[in-house]
Amino acid sequence: MAETALTNPGGQPAPGGWQGIAADWSSDQRAFKNVSWGKAMMWIFLLSDTFIFSCFLLSYMTARMSTTVPWPNPSEVFALEIAGHHIPLILIAIMTFILISSSGTMAMAVNFGYRRDRVKTAVLMLVTAALGATFVGMQAFEWTKLIMEGVRPWENPWGAAQFGSSFFMITGFHGTHVTFGVIFLIAIARKVWRGDFDHGRRGFFTSRKGNYEIVETMGLYWHFVDLVWVFIFAFFYLW
Amino acid sequence: MVDAAIHLERQQPSLHMHEAYASEATHAEGQQHPIKLYLVVWGWLFVLSTFSYLVDYFGLQGYLRWSLILLFMVLKAGLIVAVFMHMAWERLALTYAILLPPVLVLVFVAIMVFESEYTHLIRVLFFASPT
Repeated sequence: MAETALTNPGGQPAPGGWQGIAADWSSDQRAFKNVSWGKAMMWIFLLSDTFIFSCFLLSYMTARMSTTVPWPNPSEVFALEIAGHHIPLILIAIMTFILISSSGTMAMAVNFGYRRDRVKTAVLMLVTAALGATFVGMQAFEWTKLIMEGVRPWENPWGAAQFGSSFFMITGFHGTHVTFGVIFLIAIARKVWRGDFDHGRRGFFTSRKGNYEIVETMGLYWHFVDLVWVFIFAFFYLW
Repeated sequence: MVDAAIHLERQQPSLHMHEAYASEATHAEGQQHPIKLYLVVWGWLFVLSTFSYLVDYFGLQGYLRWSLILLFMVLKAGLIVAVFMHMAWERLALTYAILLPPVLVLVFVAIMVFESEYTHLIRVLFFASPT
């Protein structure tokens, strides 16, 4: 009780030095008033992830701006022959629409979660996971096609050698994020389906009771993955 | 329902009060928006993606291409963060804590633009093969 009194604004003067630091940080105050620690930590994790992807896109920009060799034209590199028609960038466009759709179903899953409609929440999360898996599958197809055509991290048939390393690094990291998202979506959809958050069943890891907010936290991660794709689409594929 | 929950919590040891408060607040604050809102945003994201694809399809070049691509990108990112991630309904303390730091990345971008233009100049002057 004595420590608590020290940090009260109207009470005695607050302690200085190391004691003061400890007292201030343990004063049981919260900066984010109506956001739980789980959601706040997810936001802070996403902020750090933003910096990681920013660094990738920046190094790509630097490589592309400083090379004297012409950069391969993404519009042609990612074109596909469909039914005899040569359509530029079509695969990437389809992948974009799939990822946006998965974000839409995820947003609705969060909504139904807060309404405690566990069947609709679980089904929408599984649809999200299926769309995410489709996205990763198409990315695997894209990688296979490019590798067959001779794209390597150190060379490619069309121009600047840094094209391959930038492409594999950026889309590889993004695809990894999507893959982990799909795994966690399935794990949480299973909990929702089983009614863990209705019956107050304790989790296996922390043995705490969960609630439907975990669906929103999961949603934050998933929308972030979609958000990163918006930037990759603009800077890597459309530039 | 909410009243009953608070009433029950009062009888429990105060250790759980904080946790209960947090979950209660999120339920009461409730990211409860009509499904229609999400469908409208979803539709807009489709339209904006189609527009940015068409920029490439019609082969627009130069500043027009750039301004359109960046405009559609910023609009899409804004819709996702504001509505899908519910940032529009969060308190400003969280919004600023999360959205301001990435803006500083623009300083890094400016630094690297200068750096890569310098590198490019040096390469053209000393390493480019004479044609």
